[in-house]
Amino acid sequence: MKPEVLKKLFFQMLRIRILEEKIAELYSEREMRCPVHLSIGQEAIGAGVCANLTPKDYVLSNHRSHAHYLAKGGNLNAMVAEIYGKETGCCKGKGGSMHLVDISAGFLGALPIVASSIPIAVGVAFGSMMRREKRVTTVFFGDGAIEQGVVHESINFAVLKNLPVVFVCENNMYSVYSQFSVRQPAGREIFKLFAGHGIDSYQGDGNNVMEVYQMAEQAVRKAKSGNGPTFLEFKTYRWLEHCGPNYDNDIGYRTESEFQEWKQHCPLRRLKDHLLDNGILFNKGVDDMERKIIIEIDNAIAFAKESLFPDDQLLLQDIYDL
Amino acid sequence: MINREIKCFQAINEAIDQCMVSDPSVYIMGLGVPDPKGIFGTTSGLQQKHGSDRVMDMPLSENGMTGVAIGSALAGMRPIMVHQRIEFALLAMEQIVNQASNWHYMFGGQMSIPLVIRLIIGRGWGQGPQHSQSLQAWFAHVPGLKVVMPSTPYDTKGLLISSVEDNNPVVFIEHRWLHNITGEVPEERYRVPIGKCKVVREGTDVTVAATSYMTLEALQAAKILAADGVNVEVVDIRTLSPLDESTIIKSVRKTGRFIVADTGWKKAGIGAEVVAMVSEKAFSELKSPPLRVALPDCPLPATRSLANKYYPRAVHIATTISEMIGHRKDYTTAEILGSVLLDIPDPSFTGPF
Repeated sequence: MKPEVLKKLFFQMLRIRILEEKIAELYSEREMRCPVHLSIGQEAIGAGVCANLTPKDYVLSNHRSHAHYLAKGGNLNAMVAEIYGKETGCCKGKGGSMHLVDISAGFLGALPIVASSIPIAVGVAFGSMMRREKRVTTVFFGDGAIEQGVVHESINFAVLKNLPVVFVCENNMYSVYSQFSVRQPAGREIFKLFAGHGIDSYQGDGNNVMEVYQMAEQAVRKAKSGNGPTFLEFKTYRWLEHCGPNYDNDIGYRTESEFQEWKQHCPLRRLKDHLLDNGILFNKGVDDMERKIIIEIDNAIAFAKESLFPDDQLLLQDIYDL
Repeated sequence: MINREIKCFQAINEAIDQCMVSDPSVYIMGLGVPDPKGIFGTTSGLQQKHGSDRVMDMPLSENGMTGVAIGSALAGMRPIMVHQRIEFALLAMEQIVNQASNWHYMFGGQMSIPLVIRLIIGRGWGQGPQHSQSLQAWFAHVPGLKVVMPSTPYDTKGLLISSVEDNNPVVFIEHRWLHNITGEVPEERYRVPIGKCKVVREGTDVTVAATSYMTLEALQAAKILAADGVNVEVVDIRTLSPLDESTIIKSVRKTGRFIVADTGWKKAGIGAEVVAMVSEKAFSELKSPPLRVALPDCPLPATRSLANKYYPRAVHIATTISEMIGHRKDYTTAEILGSVLLDIPDPSFTGPF
């Protein structure tokens, strides 16, 4: 892979990581009053997939969308202001972290009802196809989502109509506190289940951003050339609690040692090692990236804090499109 | 201009056709849309004219396909979905309520979902508990959705066109027993505005606000009562949400008596909302408590012997009015009912469904 691409991927993941850590750090100030589902540990999937997309391509996502939003080019100030509930937020404060959107970047929406964005993403692809527009629509979801019937309805239709969709399943093995084994049969791989639907279906290491990038590249190219949808399952791990800024490896549903093992596979550290080992980047380069990112993020936080809350009259506005 | 008379199902067909001709982003999908029966004739011939890319059948996946319709609207299309029975839409309530109705508001007014969902309610011929329900109250409860229930062929065509041209999600509820009624319908494309009631019969003694097929029953009740010197004003509600409160209030101020006749169950039904609104805004004008004529709060039985006891019709509305104004005449007695069969509407409706 080209060094420039690798450096961009690293920058993207670093930006996501630092922002998520900042949100976790400031959350106890109680000014971000909405549920936050942080992407720490899962940065490579959003970064690797979205690096293959243009602003013309569409993305929809779920409650854990920060990485997807940022990697797709979503506006940072608007995102942070939204989490702070301000009128400069991407939804004027009406959506919060679980409803990020940036139309100009092609990020059409994050939805917290698990699996709900999947049929909508298929519809976006369907509409694009009807309008003869050359766009690919990508939708991100987790392992829990595939237990919803609507996912199978959606993929059935995507295959039937040969739609330009990339389905990206981030399998982090947990649905809140429920482990995989109480929800799905042992010994059955998610990507193989979907192969039964007649969709090209692959599995990859979600913490290896190069692998993610290359698999997504193929899927995107396939969709854009009119050759239909692809299902990608990436195995990964969520570092923090399902919702909130803390670690919770001690409350009993998983173990500290399991977390530590996955931490060894940190997607940032793995790429950083590769870049440093191969002379593509040096420590100074990493420091420069970090410094730049921290300034940008600090500015976004300040912007959010200084922004006003939405005016009272916005309460009853936009119920209907008049 | 000479108006021709056509049946309601033809008016629906014409509305869809004319919308598709004038706007290439309009398309229609639903189980059985291209079928030989053409959804009670409402979609007959459309696929032949507009092609299968725009007039399409769909997999039995109501929830998923509603999401698909929503997504296609985001991409710039204007979908019409149709369910042959309102009950099938229940599988899609998550997409309709969580997604379509909230979308414009929750994303700060940046995107719209111009989706029309045609839902068909009905009764008779033993349709039973899951094929005859009338759930408009559920949809009317949700902000962000518009709910339209016309009763005449003229209004049906005009309101369907308005619904398709509206940028919001619209639930358009048709009654199977209205599909075959005849009325004057202009040939051209025209709009009837969403959000307006219509006074379909002027009167002085009592206001009956009605929805869908009950408007016809209310008009019939008015005829029955006219013979006994009672003058009933009938208001066809037409749009349940947003509700045209001022037309209803104006009528109540005129008559001082108010009844709502709705096709759904009584408890927490449309009547409950409209009566509450009238009580809040015109309490001092009321000469007696407002009443509701609605289905009993029980599931719908299939057998015709029980169905005969189930559905309120003109004679029940007339009796309710008569009691309200103190005349106390019972119009439901056998001698007045005669040989009226309660389980069959217009002679033009014949099973199986």
